Amino acid sequence: MTTQAMAVGRMAPRRPRDRAARKIPMTILGVIFLVIMIFPVYWMINSSLQANTGAATTTWFPLQPTFAGYQTAFAQQGQNLITSLIVSLSTVVLTIIIAAPAAYGLARFRMRGIVVFVFVLLITQMIPTIVIANALYTLFNDVGLLNTYIGLILADSAAQIPFAILLIRAFMSSIPQSLVEAALVDGANNFRAFVSIVVPISKNAIITAALFTFLGAWGDFLFALTLTTGADVRPVTLGIYNYLSGNVQAWGPVMATAVLASIPAGVLLILAQRYIAAGALGGAVK
Amino acid sequence: MTSVNADISQAPGRAIGRAPHPRRKTHFARTAARWMFVAPAILFVAIFFGYPIVKNVMMSLEKYTTATFYTGEAPWVGIANYASVIGSSLFSTTVINTALFTIGSIVAQFILGLGLALFFKRNFPLSGFLRSLLLLPWLLPLIASSAVWKWILDQDSGALNQFLGLFGVPHTPWLVSPSLALVAVIGVNIWLGIPFNTTILYSGLQAVPEELYEAASLDGATGWKAFWSITWPSIRSVVSVVIVLGVVYTLKVVDIILGLTGGGPANSTQTLATWAYQKSFVQFEFGQGAAVSNVLIVVSLVFAMVYLYITRKEVDE
Repeated sequence: MTTQAMAVGRMAPRRPRDRAARKIPMTILGVIFLVIMIFPVYWMINSSLQANTGAATTTWFPLQPTFAGYQTAFAQQGQNLITSLIVSLSTVVLTIIIAAPAAYGLARFRMRGIVVFVFVLLITQMIPTIVIANALYTLFNDVGLLNTYIGLILADSAAQIPFAILLIRAFMSSIPQSLVEAALVDGANNFRAFVSIVVPISKNAIITAALFTFLGAWGDFLFALTLTTGADVRPVTLGIYNYLSGNVQAWGPVMATAVLASIPAGVLLILAQRYIAAGALGGAVK
Repeated sequence: MTSVNADISQAPGRAIGRAPHPRRKTHFARTAARWMFVAPAILFVAIFFGYPIVKNVMMSLEKYTTATFYTGEAPWVGIANYASVIGSSLFSTTVINTALFTIGSIVAQFILGLGLALFFKRNFPLSGFLRSLLLLPWLLPLIASSAVWKWILDQDSGALNQFLGLFGVPHTPWLVSPSLALVAVIGVNIWLGIPFNTTILYSGLQAVPEELYEAASLDGATGWKAFWSITWPSIRSVVSVVIVLGVVYTLKVVDIILGLTGGGPANSTQTLATWAYQKSFVQFEFGQGAAVSNVLIVVSLVFAMVYLYITRKEVDE
């Protein structure tokens, strides 16, 4: 098919409207691919709006939508959603406070050992979380951080900091040195130059890193599963897991919780869209 | 860039050699001040990556169980944990499952991702819009995706069996049958990986200069021939990055498996990562859990090295 289409495309007279029209089947094919790929997202929303989910009564369309699932979800998972929000936002703040100066240090200063540290940061990305959780459980048990917000925030931050550093550093390396030099000549020290010049310029990169950090912390499941045991500190990811590990009777509230757990990511992505652009891809590949 | 800052602040040795700094005493203070930028991050990495890795090695050589938390004693047992883990009948099961899960996921994700990337590259009406919608599944936390798929794959009233029922296919126990569960879990993981593969490979394809195709078509190379002679060689480095990163991330997967099957039925979806979790946090055999973790980390690091080797070569180029 590919060969044929290309050959035809090459020989056909170049009339734009004709070409666009000939490509309509491609669009239809594209829509079909997309429908298959995002069907689970649709099904999540569809099921969350139906009443007797669980028996074979879930229909393909929510013709008689009900918000009963959401009511149950809020009643059962409201507190967990707030917990997730507290943990994720705190993680973002802590991660950026640690990562932004480090990224600057790694981008600007050529000290011995810096190359090694960047290498270590890359390696951390490959280490399975379960390996960390295993040892962290014993450490947190010793210092009393199990079942605490602080413990979870620290663990989530640690998991996000290396990527945040690499992402912000990639941008900061491109800041012209002359800008910072000027401030230094004016008598500012490195720290003041960093706060008043580097941070404002790097706003986009920092926002991108903050967004990824939020998504990572919000979606964290394994640290929540291993470092908390009771109901005191329970993020919504664990709330969903607790539904799944039992025998699910009614899927409506579960799907409603899944929708609620997906909303912050969606809202943030839309808000931050214009800041992300290239930052995301650069970080993912590098 | 370097020429400017080398004089003023960087490379102390060289700077001093060229123009002796009037305040040499402060040199140490200045270096210390610079390290202050990086120090908190180094501390974090040391505590949350360095310590756990060392601690894990120690734990794997000790009889570290629930009792250890009360008595504080973890007797040295040498390689006994490794012996019992490797001697366990589950060891070969989890290794095979891990290999099948990783290879199955990566191969399918890559082929489908590349197919979609090639498809979307041929600008057609709405192609950009459809491609961006493809990223929608990324908004779901992994455990939420697991929940949705567990519901879709439900034997009695799941959407998939409802759909297949329209064609007269009898209800299939996707997640309940030991012979199907791994296939189902791999399928879900493939679904999760397609947007990533498509996005990165698409950006790789965008970077291939159009003139190459024009030149090749003059030589009669179109379609498959153009793909193998131009596209593939041009995106090869992106391909290696996608695959190696995919392997490393797939080895880590725990959320999806725990959410969908919990490693069952009858351990048919147990991988090294979930087994390490089971050992430590379900059976409270932290020593053995650490041993399994260490096997996993060795496998991951081998691929990590491959990744670093590839990216490094790219940087040099």
